[in-house]
Amino acid sequence: MKVLTLSKKNATPFFEALKSFGKTYGPVEKGEKAYSFQPVESFSQLALDYKRTILPLKKFFYKPCQPVFHFNKDSGYQPAEEDLEEKIVLFGVHPCDINALNILDLVNSGPYVDNYYFVKRQNNLIIGISCMPDELCFCRSMSTDFAETGFDLFLSDIGDSYVVRVGTGIGDDMVNAVPDLFSPIDEESSRAYKDSSNERSAMFQRYIELSDLPEIMDLEFHSELWEKLGERCLACGSCSMICPTCNCYNIIDKLNLDQKTGERIRQWDSCLFKDFAEVSGGHNFRSKRASRVQQRYLHKQQGFVEQYGRPSCVGCGRCTMVCPAKIDIVEILHTIRGERNHRRRKSDRRR
Amino acid sequence: MTNIYTPYLAKIKKIIKETHDVKTFQLELVNPESKKKFNYQPGQFAEFSVFGVGESTFCLASTPTRPEVLECSVKKAGKVTSAIHELWEGDTVGIRGPYGNNFPVKQLKGKNLVFVGGGIGLAPLRSLINFVLDNRGDYGNICLVYGARTPGDLVYKKELEDWDKTPDFATHITVDKSAGNWKGTVGFVPVILGEVAPGAENAVAITCGPPIMIKFVVKELSELGFKAADIITTLEMKMKCGLGKCGRCNIGKVYVCKDGPVF
Repeated sequence: MKVLTLSKKNATPFFEALKSFGKTYGPVEKGEKAYSFQPVESFSQLALDYKRTILPLKKFFYKPCQPVFHFNKDSGYQPAEEDLEEKIVLFGVHPCDINALNILDLVNSGPYVDNYYFVKRQNNLIIGISCMPDELCFCRSMSTDFAETGFDLFLSDIGDSYVVRVGTGIGDDMVNAVPDLFSPIDEESSRAYKDSSNERSAMFQRYIELSDLPEIMDLEFHSELWEKLGERCLACGSCSMICPTCNCYNIIDKLNLDQKTGERIRQWDSCLFKDFAEVSGGHNFRSKRASRVQQRYLHKQQGFVEQYGRPSCVGCGRCTMVCPAKIDIVEILHTIRGERNHRRRKSDRRR
Repeated sequence: MTNIYTPYLAKIKKIIKETHDVKTFQLELVNPESKKKFNYQPGQFAEFSVFGVGESTFCLASTPTRPEVLECSVKKAGKVTSAIHELWEGDTVGIRGPYGNNFPVKQLKGKNLVFVGGGIGLAPLRSLINFVLDNRGDYGNICLVYGARTPGDLVYKKELEDWDKTPDFATHITVDKSAGNWKGTVGFVPVILGEVAPGAENAVAITCGPPIMIKFVVKELSELGFKAADIITTLEMKMKCGLGKCGRCNIGKVYVCKDGPVF
């Protein structure tokens, strides 16, 4: 992979040059200590030291409410009129969120390709940025603390400059649009990168052992832990909404007042909602809250692993942050594993 | 852009009232192109759309060996199914599919087939039964044990009579509770299955019905000597997309819509 450096002094002109590639979005402060990806006009607006945004990037590709077609009783179905081709540049994306999009790509591809997702995905450019973990991050355990693919450029902060990895051809075009702003990597930058990487490694406070977790979840299928968890959980679904990989959805029809036309909508949903597995006639496959919480854990940490070879969790810490009942996924998984001490052990720093 | 959510338009050719709450809809795809694309196998299902109300999942109760019509039998139970029951012949609806896997029609060749159905659960079995009857030479004897709550809840009554007259096809119809002038068998499906005791030798059992019935039928079948691998079931689960994405029908690593409904 092509690696360059970009002096922070050149960040502003570089940012300006990106505008020709699409509408630029980046993390900005929203309220107190909260961040959100919003349209950004200048580099100085960006809050690049953010820890995590409220909503993950799925909001761009997998909108909370996505019309999938219009219908008309007389003329049938027409595609939803929407500009899926709008080019957008997402500036300052963390590795966990990049990896989450790679996971959503898996779900939305396969024999049935969801083009409401993919056309948008193909029209976005991603410029990643390095980050330092806080007390909620466990991305290292999930192997999502580093992005190997899924970005056009990736900027790693090494103090006065960024080490820039070029991930795609368009990434290269971005560099070539303003080639004078970039320098080749030198020994000093390389050393600074390694120092920063080592410093970051030492900062992870949370750890989950993933090896054989699916099997342990099988063994603990009837554990009373799920009942206890069901009593704590409020089934509010917040964790699903803010999860960067939760992709379950509902499909609903909206009829217009003329009683003839309307649209069908793909809408965010949560397996924690009571009617999620309720079928017509009233039978509910998961009427108990405990069984719904269990489903969420089983699907993300076990079923998804068997299906796609990895959990559908990137360790971003958002679910722990928003849970009104203070349910902490790391703690739950440690309890399932029967571990008492879930603080990081020295030997666990890098699996 | 291909849109996986857009249904084909279909016209309702005929509506058959099966019971007080079940109707069978004969559908014909409007566009000849979509007719060509809609190739299905027994056991697969489709998504049925009513304008402005929504979409529901139904198995295809017809057989591809009779390509004139697609048939879905719909039990009135909720919002969409109630709306479907209010449709008239000639109305236009949406159909998406076919989805899911199918009965292993090739592997079943040469086998005796034991069908065990309950209530509306006969619908997917009917697709395979008629498929087998249309390829009669390829399969062995057929035994059907079918039951419903009351005589009024039995579906496909005319066909049940025809099947009963078909050679090498033993039908055993039962009801949980007798009513009216019912002169037939009374008893739960698993019990009647035990009495009929179809041989497990070179046989495969295919069952569909309420979950509790399936549970006891499987138990009874294994007592009759059927190995787990020789019992096929088709499951129902909440579904929205039929594409393995919406997450509704997920159980463990399985999506009933994509990895099933036949297990």
